[in-house]
Amino acid sequence: MTISLLYALVGVVLLGMGLYRLVIDPHLVKKILALNISGAGVFLFLVAVADRTPGFEPDPVPHAMVLTGIVVAVSATAVALGLVGRIREIKGTAEFSENEPE
Amino acid sequence: MQHSKNTNEVDRTRPIALARKAITALVVMALTGILGWTVWTLPPYSDRMQNLVATHLPISGVENPVTAVLLNFRGYDTLLEIGVLLLAAVGVLSLAPTQVVPAETAPQRIQMLLLRLLPFIVIVAAYLLWVGKYAPGGAFQAGAVLAAGGVLLVTSAVRFNQLTIQSIPISLSIGLLTFLAVALATMIGGGNFLQYPLPWASMLILIIEAAATISIAVILTILFLGRKPDGEYPPKTNGG
Repeated sequence: MTISLLYALVGVVLLGMGLYRLVIDPHLVKKILALNISGAGVFLFLVAVADRTPGFEPDPVPHAMVLTGIVVAVSATAVALGLVGRIREIKGTAEFSENEPE
Repeated sequence: MQHSKNTNEVDRTRPIALARKAITALVVMALTGILGWTVWTLPPYSDRMQNLVATHLPISGVENPVTAVLLNFRGYDTLLEIGVLLLAAVGVLSLAPTQVVPAETAPQRIQMLLLRLLPFIVIVAAYLLWVGKYAPGGAFQAGAVLAAGGVLLVTSAVRFNQLTIQSIPISLSIGLLTFLAVALATMIGGGNFLQYPLPWASMLILIIEAAATISIAVILTILFLGRKPDGEYPPKTNGG
């Protein structure tokens, strides 16, 4: 097992952790955080997989994809946070549990 | 991403919530397991795209393969990405709170520290922009470093002069506009959309990246702040 493979597997685990939290957590900001952790997992995975052959240069295409992906993730996060801010302004809360009445 | 807000389910009890967690955990674990197994069994060697990039690197105008992919081979992606950034900034600005209490200006010594730090930030950004031609670096890294300076400025509640405030729409869009202008110019010059003629490729990429750096820095700063930066005293009452 190479170190890159280990990183890729860590990326997969991060993706899973983020997905779980995204579904479970009732708080919108925590959902956004969870989505970002998932995203970090995907980026880690892509960067690691690009470098999985020892003795060769890393594949630049996934690296370029990650660079693009990070920027898009940041943009999406910012817009999502803006929306959550607005929701909190109107609703008074950003937490929506299915167990509690509104 | 949104919870369904069924008002008739207010009597949902703890066991149901637990079951929901357990099912989610199982599904996620299954997914993670499948993905992990796929990674584990990936063929150890794949160089198709790598070879494509390597063989075409001499005609890209740059020597760093990542920059070549971003700005030349997959320039279309990067063009759209800068468009996404601009859209996000417009979205955040239109969601901005209408009433903002201007923050207290940071203490004098923090502002002094900022003034000494900012020139270095600009130098590092310029270096990253330049070095992107043949080593890791480029518009996004440079823009992120500059944006760090921008974030420092807005968090210490520095007031910008009116010229800076008024030029925000230009600095937001100059990256996309320059990129589009170059793309169209290459078409007028007889090539395809974004197909740089070889003698010009290096220069065109640098011009695009320089404009993109400015836009990325301003956009990221605004995404962080969530609204337009404050102008000079007296604070202008703006509608975003």
